[in-house]
Amino acid sequence: MKCPPFDYHAPRSQAEALALLARHGEEGKILAGGQSLVPTMAFRLARPARLIDINRIAGLDYCRAEGGRLRIGPLARHARFERPVAPGPTGRLLARAAEHIAHAPIRTRGTFCGSLAHADPASEWCCIALALGADLRVLREGGERLVPAAGWFQSVFTTALAPDELLAEASLPLLGPDWRCGFAEFNRRAGDFALAMAVTALRLDAAGHVAEARIALGGVAGTPILAEAAAASLLGASPTPDSLRAAAAIAAEGFEPTEDAQVPADYRRDLVRAMTRRALEGSLAA
Amino acid sequence: MNWTGRRLPRTEDPALLRGEGAFTADLAAGARAVRFLRSPFAAGRILSIAAPDLPPGALLVTGADLEGVGAIRPELFRFNYRAIAQPVLPRERVHFVGQPIAAVVAATPEEAEDIAEAVLLDIEPEEAVVTIEDALRPGAPTLHAEAPGNVVVDGTIRHPDCEAAFARADRIVEFSLRSGRQNATPLEARAGLAAHDRATGRIRLTASCQMPHMLRTGIAALLGMAEADLQVVAPDVGGGFGQKMALFPEYPLLVWLARRHRGSFCWIEDRNENLIASAHSRDQIHHLRAAFAADGTLLGLEADILANTGAFSCYPTTCGVEPLMALAEYPGPYRLPTYSARARALATHTCPAAPYRGVSRPVVTFGLERLMDRAAAALGLDPVALRRRNLVTEFPHVTPTGLTLDQASYVEALDRAVEAADIPAFRARQEAARREGRYLGLGLAVFNERTGYGTPAFAARGMGIVPGYEVVDIAMTPAGEVEVRIGASPHGQGLRTALAQLAADRLGLDPSRIRVIHGDTDRTPYGWGSFASRGAVIAGGATQLAADKLAARLRRAAARLLQAEPDSVTLRDGAAWAGEASIPLTEIARRVHQRSEQLSDLGGFNLAETASYDPGGTFSNACHVAEVEVDAETGHVRILRFLVVEDAGRLLNPLIADGQVHGGVAQGIANALLEEVLYAPDGNPLTGSLADYLPPSAAEIPHIEIIHMETESPETLTGAKGLGEGGAIGAPAAIANAISDALSPFGVDIAELPATPARIRALIRNAR
Ligand SMILES: Cc1cc2nc3c(=O)[nH]c(=O)nc-3n(C[C@H](O)[C@H](O)[C@H](O)COP(=O)(O)OP(=O)(O)OC[C@H]3O[C@@H](n4cnc5c(N)ncnc54)[C@H](O)[C@@H]3O)c2cc1C
Repeated sequence: MKCPPFDYHAPRSQAEALALLARHGEEGKILAGGQSLVPTMAFRLARPARLIDINRIAGLDYCRAEGGRLRIGPLARHARFERPVAPGPTGRLLARAAEHIAHAPIRTRGTFCGSLAHADPASEWCCIALALGADLRVLREGGERLVPAAGWFQSVFTTALAPDELLAEASLPLLGPDWRCGFAEFNRRAGDFALAMAVTALRLDAAGHVAEARIALGGVAGTPILAEAAAASLLGASPTPDSLRAAAAIAAEGFEPTEDAQVPADYRRDLVRAMTRRALEGSLAA
Repeated sequence: MNWTGRRLPRTEDPALLRGEGAFTADLAAGARAVRFLRSPFAAGRILSIAAPDLPPGALLVTGADLEGVGAIRPELFRFNYRAIAQPVLPRERVHFVGQPIAAVVAATPEEAEDIAEAVLLDIEPEEAVVTIEDALRPGAPTLHAEAPGNVVVDGTIRHPDCEAAFARADRIVEFSLRSGRQNATPLEARAGLAAHDRATGRIRLTASCQMPHMLRTGIAALLGMAEADLQVVAPDVGGGFGQKMALFPEYPLLVWLARRHRGSFCWIEDRNENLIASAHSRDQIHHLRAAFAADGTLLGLEADILANTGAFSCYPTTCGVEPLMALAEYPGPYRLPTYSARARALATHTCPAAPYRGVSRPVVTFGLERLMDRAAAALGLDPVALRRRNLVTEFPHVTPTGLTLDQASYVEALDRAVEAADIPAFRARQEAARREGRYLGLGLAVFNERTGYGTPAFAARGMGIVPGYEVVDIAMTPAGEVEVRIGASPHGQGLRTALAQLAADRLGLDPSRIRVIHGDTDRTPYGWGSFASRGAVIAGGATQLAADKLAARLRRAAARLLQAEPDSVTLRDGAAWAGEASIPLTEIARRVHQRSEQLSDLGGFNLAETASYDPGGTFSNACHVAEVEVDAETGHVRILRFLVVEDAGRLLNPLIADGQVHGGVAQGIANALLEEVLYAPDGNPLTGSLADYLPPSAAEIPHIEIIHMETESPETLTGAKGLGEGGAIGAPAAIANAISDALSPFGVDIAELPATPARIRALIRNAR
């Protein structure tokens, strides 16, 4: 449980970091909060030959509302979100979820963008990014692209990010007051990765009918997934306990669960049903 | 002033809280790092182990290098025990994933791990025997030629009238239960540092261990070295819970390296090694059959006990420790007219089992206390009344397995617990909650805990090495402080504080003047260690005896100096008193040592005494009550209330006793709900990190209410009984009963621990 040998770089600017990435590509890895990368190296499951530590680059720890979106820089730590970073449903949802990410010491180091780059299937931020439709701004030496969350997650720990790219910013829509966001997750101990989580967002029209609905599930498949049929079932009517229950049941059946010795598939479905219903109910209760 | 019985803060704690404790890893500066290569296969033949190009100074040690080194082979002379030999490093076969098969030495742990990765292991995998069912399957592979059919212990007790009891019964209650495998998970994993002393040629092994003297004896015998040339030191030890009693292969290898290469060699176990390769426990299946009369009287019990004890037999307790504890102690605190049982230990290709806090009794209590609730339900009786009817009330009481239960408070503790739990109020809450679709449950566990037993108890098991007694050397320095040297080796139990309190009262001294010295074979008398809830009773009894002898010496000297009769002299407030006249103990100490011409005729030139104590044993008792809420949709169990009525006789320090209960209950909660070592069918461990093996965090442990009762034991010198394991023994049963009570509308019955949310959901789903 000691890291294999590696070289260490501490660039002072984003340009320098991108140059290092361009040069070292495959064998280099960005070090952000280190809360996933370092344990993985200690288990020798990751063996980057070089670490490119971005923590000394000034100005990357921002998190600001701008043009209707919340813009999150690569060094904004989890702990930052424990209290709403912006008024409205988006900030509140992030705060609801933040307390479920690991433990306080880990939250003071781990970063929002690091979670998205790492793409653990049970990451709260990944699930929220998919549910709300985050945009991910990716830089490489001499290039830039914007990847929507829907195109970001490819499989377990695998994203659209290329080896020479830096995730330079994640942005989330700042939802208006007509949105109701819900969050629920199940884990066996406080701070553990969730066995299942649901993030829900409903837009209610003036009549109280559901005009838009998004439901994302985390920790239940190789990537966070959208429960589209479940969300669609809620459209056009006022939510009722029965309709929420029915949507939860649809969500529970609409995916291929990951299975392991501790979590059989049918149990994963039980949890999705319960978490989806609780997230939806919770979002409407307040 | 009475020091004993006071809630004195532990003298051990300030240094630990300030981070100034000295654990093995803190002492390892300058030593070369050792990394063990561990078997990746559960079963297989070693074809070759090829070293890469080693950097200068690095070493690779394999079994082939250990010419003349013996195998670890503890003995048991009863119960059809098959002695199996565990090599320090194997040459031919591997027997479990994680078994050490070679050692790499390098300048740093990082480098050692790099080299270890590059070693080429050629092992031909073979079919693995992993579970109890695998081991018993006809035609299953045999682990050890010495143990055909993989049965390494097979003990039986048959009472001829048992069958008659069943024939007479109004009701027979029968069921099986399963206990998942656990790891004791001490905060500090294992660690060893072996250092060669060039001047004397001696080796000092500093190790995170519970039994330093035994470790020294065992290692010296394996390596064929003079025991006097080996010093074993247990520095601060970050918990053991039984896991650190055993003589593991890693330690003799470290001593071998230090002797061979005349240097210092250090191994600090990492968490993955600890989880897969230290020692496991509690992997058991029990089948119970009990006969009851219609009024709830227990007439007879039959038990079939199967324990998966892994690949080898732990030294010195042997793999018999789990099944034989269950065999002997199944009757618990109940009046049981007749009992028949069989207990087997089965060898499998898994990490060897060793004692873990409670040793089988958490499983036994789970069995007995589920039995009481099931029988009450079957007979339509109140479970409290059923227990009260069957609990032993007259003492001493001899159990069907020949154990003598000393004075205890089984019924009284139950009554206190039932009263404090306010069951009628709970039932009302439960009703109201059920109407809202919420499931509350309350569960009880009544049990006794055999503690403080000396050599007779261990000898009855037929052990080749019989632990049990403790020896204490006590001496007063010329300046009047007292040094108490104990063979026992505390590692978190607060013995330094509690023994000082005991000695302080016998000597009329302030405890701050008393130093308890332990954990160093050069500085303490031969003794056994801290395990089996024995420290306060046995080391305590020996300390009291030794202090009394020293007190008698001081009184005689004082009588001479005060010109009084020895019988009229009392010791208090740091002085010896005869009526109004007094002399400080410091003055007596100075005179004995430095003006011996005046006093040496009274018993010698110093103030040193020795005493030993070897009691037969005593039973503490307790009643645990758990109140839980089960989330029927997720299977999650939340503990709403946890109450312990504990009777451990006279309490030397109630603060320490509370801490023992808290820690034990936390481990019991882990056992009930969270922790389980899992293997794949091929014998690969699936729980190699703390993300998969789940010890509770503070968030999962509720406030624990404790009510103490103090039924003094007539069997122990101090009146104290042990209580170190009780928390872990009672909590799983209480929680299992509470969950079963909560889910009674579904007819769910907990028969497997841990009761994980996935298991609970499956039970609810299948019941519906
Ligand atoms: C005990 C424990 C419990 C945890 N529980 C949870 C939990 O419940 N929920 C949860 O979501 N997480 C959990 N985590 C993970 C934690 O949130 C991590 O902080 C997070 O996954 C990664 O963020 P980081 O900044 O630490 O990234 P790092 O560990 O530094 O990096 C992770 C990966 O992302 C890459 N990377 C990081 N930043 C960038 C970037 N800007 N551009 C390109 N690549 C980048 C790195 O190269 C690396 O491959 C837990 C961790 C631990 C140790």
